[in-house]
Amino acid sequence: MDVLMLSRLQFAVATFFHFLFVPLTLGLSLLVAFMETKYVRSGDETYLKMTKFWGKLFLINFTIGVVTGLTLEFQFGTNWSNYSMFMGDIFGSLLAIEALGFFFLESILLGVWIFGWKKISKTAHAIVMWLVAFAATGSAVWILTANAWMQHPVGYVIRNGRAELANFAQVALNPFAILMLTHTLFAAYIISAFFVMGISAYHLIRKQHVDFFTRSFRMALVLGLVFSFAEIVEGHMHGADLAHSQPTKLAALESHWQTSKNAPIYLFALPDDANGKNRIEIGPIPGLLSLLAYHNMSAEVKGLADFPADERPPVLITHFAFRAMVGLGFYFALVTLIGWFKRNSLLESPWYLKLMLYSTPLPYIATELGWTVAEVGRQPWIVYGLMRTKDAVSSIAASQVAVTLVGFIFVYGLLGAIGFYLIIKKAIKGPAAD
Amino acid sequence: MDLQAIWYFLWVLLWAVYFATDGFDLGIGALLPFLGKNDEEKRIMFNSIGPLWDGNEVWLITAGGVTFAAFPLMYAVMFSSLYSALMLILFALIIRGVAFEFRGKIDSPGWKKLWDFCLFIGSLVPSFLFGVAFANIFQGIPIDDKGVYHGTLFTLLNPYGILGGALFFLLFLVHGAIWLAIKSDGDLHDRAARTASGLWPVLLVVAVVFLIASKFTTPIYDNYTAHPMLFLLILITVLALLGVKLFLSLKNYWTAWLSSAVTIIGATFFGFVGLFPNMFPSSLNPAFSLTAYNASSSHLTLQIMFTLAVIFVPVVLAYQIWVYSLFRHKVSKEELGYDEAY
Ligand code: HDD
Ligand code: HEM
Ligand code: HEM
Repeated sequence: MDVLMLSRLQFAVATFFHFLFVPLTLGLSLLVAFMETKYVRSGDETYLKMTKFWGKLFLINFTIGVVTGLTLEFQFGTNWSNYSMFMGDIFGSLLAIEALGFFFLESILLGVWIFGWKKISKTAHAIVMWLVAFAATGSAVWILTANAWMQHPVGYVIRNGRAELANFAQVALNPFAILMLTHTLFAAYIISAFFVMGISAYHLIRKQHVDFFTRSFRMALVLGLVFSFAEIVEGHMHGADLAHSQPTKLAALESHWQTSKNAPIYLFALPDDANGKNRIEIGPIPGLLSLLAYHNMSAEVKGLADFPADERPPVLITHFAFRAMVGLGFYFALVTLIGWFKRNSLLESPWYLKLMLYSTPLPYIATELGWTVAEVGRQPWIVYGLMRTKDAVSSIAASQVAVTLVGFIFVYGLLGAIGFYLIIKKAIKGPAAD
Repeated sequence: MDLQAIWYFLWVLLWAVYFATDGFDLGIGALLPFLGKNDEEKRIMFNSIGPLWDGNEVWLITAGGVTFAAFPLMYAVMFSSLYSALMLILFALIIRGVAFEFRGKIDSPGWKKLWDFCLFIGSLVPSFLFGVAFANIFQGIPIDDKGVYHGTLFTLLNPYGILGGALFFLLFLVHGAIWLAIKSDGDLHDRAARTASGLWPVLLVVAVVFLIASKFTTPIYDNYTAHPMLFLLILITVLALLGVKLFLSLKNYWTAWLSSAVTIIGATFFGFVGLFPNMFPSSLNPAFSLTAYNASSSHLTLQIMFTLAVIFVPVVLAYQIWVYSLFRHKVSKEELGYDEAY
């Protein structure tokens, strides 16, 4: 394999892994802050126990998020140096703002939260957790703004052989970034809700700590219900936006080859990348793609055949990743809706609790699929329309990258296994045992 | 001074603050097997930096981000040419980071040994390699006109590079030992204080050798002889280093620690003040060197980033100092009893 392929693999391994932990940090920090606030307000010790129990799981997760984020910060320089030279003027500042404005707040205050129980007042302690949650969200805002710029570059001029900043407000308020941010935050809340519901279900099935876990379950249920539905609406807007911002990605999502009015969506399609068509097409629903993309059944939707073959993303992966994500999205909405009707009789529905226990990993799969859609669907561009991924890679020895790639897989694999093992162990142990 | 020059020194400052803060975490980590005689002492060592290490490490992330924002060419060339060294540092920092959180989670001696070892290696490797990397920058790196590196990891391990590594390592060890003396009492405190005093003469010798070797292997002193006022910087750094010993013997540990921080900051500035405006000199041909002027961002980006830095850096420093003062006391038994403690 050449440097390009190795670097892509390494980047994918590093980001996918980072993003296994990031969403739970975003959602659980909010839930823990909320629980602690309830404790401070009501003085009810159960809420304190909840804060401590979920907080402990949060901390294990958070630590892996931190150490895996560290490598990402440097990978643009190590593996994508030509990209960094070309885009650094814009892209770098977004990363720097993230660090200066938010990582500091998050990391420094989390230290206070962990070790400061007796050093500051109860109210201050709860506020510290809110600030941690705020900072985590703030860092997501800026990293996603950076990523959105690669999806849909705005506010730049090409000068001195590179992209230079022309309008900072345009970069910071990129409409694509706003869609991406809401979509990713909602996804994070769904993950966190299912995480809390899954673990609570485990204990409720066994009828342990019933009060504790019923409260936790219900709190998470509300979060999950609201954002599962919101995610479908928002995801639809996200997709529709692609009609303007990234037509090749939109066409790849639905494996749409020929430009047409009244464009259909197929119940099932098997894309054939090499020959530029679908090998199998079953159950066309005419006009649905036009309707979703333009809110008009007869609107014309560009097909992939209109683009040169070397500007098309890998359709097979993009298409099926998208399908699976959307399918899961509807599943989440369905099961949280069922949960809403069972909220007062959870213990009487062991099958539902079991379903929720086994559903815990699904939102994780959905988010990773989402990133696959967004990133693979953007190919062959690293910055859509401006720079190709193959021109972005560093001029370094392939052997170096091969060694670190193996290192990443090994170290991350081990850390991930240990991390999840510890989380599961602490989760199963339950609150009182400590 | 123009914007590029201001950014050059801000950039150095960020790295210097990183070394002065995370430096003592790394030092304590590297001292763990030698100073922590039993589990409780090891836990005191972990918890003496427990609330602080992550915030300290963010200075590294910020230094990286700011390199990207203000000097994108530097970011691209520095990190791709120092690829192997940087990756080693990152892997080390990864296992160090999780060691804090994982160690106490399972109550078994083998498990704890594993994470003690990770903290040790994860602290030792970065301390040494940062020094190697920076010393090599001072003396020049074999990059061509495209910024492509012609060498391997072993190219960096030349005598001057190793000397730089030893210097950083010793600076961090002393820095860490003093911090531990502040945060512990009894036997451990005495041992930490003795270690700091015992390592100090070695540090002094290495520092002097480094100052002399720089004369023969780097062009650093050219700026100093052109502007003799600059020698004040070296003077202050050396005085701070002497101060470390003085305050140690007066048992004034906070002041000794501050002196040690000043020494570290001075040592970082020492090289770059000499290199200015070079940031990443090429040893193949001076024309290929990256400078504050040819590696920088556009004026607009520098301006925006400057405004943000002027607002955020003081704010961050303010609340970081608040947190340091919140945790200025010795690690207590009660703290070790917390669920969340390491
Ligand atoms: C949607 C959110 C999101 C996304 C897409 C990314 N991150 Fe991340 N990152 C976070 C959200 C986040 C977070 C939730 O804020 C974390 C998780 C744990 C933490 O401390 O903060 C974090 C941690 C984290 C850290 C450690 C911060 C610390 O020590 O406190 C770094 C350096 C990065 N990230 C850098 C990156 C880079 C360079 C990314 C792009 C490739 C990236 N992250 C993708
Ligand atoms: C955390 C969630 C993310 C995941 C899971 C993810 C995943 C991926 C994957 C799988 C690729 C490879 C696509 C391919 O080569 O076919 C990729 C490419 C890339 N992504 Fe992302 N990404 C994420 C976030 C980001 C962010 C936030 C940024 C920028 C700040 C970013 C920058 C890039 C770059 C530079 C590439 C090009 C390198 C490559 O093609 O491998 N990604 N990403
Ligand atoms: C159910 C309806 C859903 C629709 C219509 C939808 C639509 C989309 C679209 C069009 C993209 C690509 C955007 C781009 O080009 O960058 C995307 C990305 C993504 N999706 Fe979904 N999605 C849905 C549900 C979900 C769910 C349930 C999750 C996770 C729990 C999820 C997680 C993600 C993530 C993390 C990304 C990458 C970040 C981004 O681009 O916003 N999605 N989604």
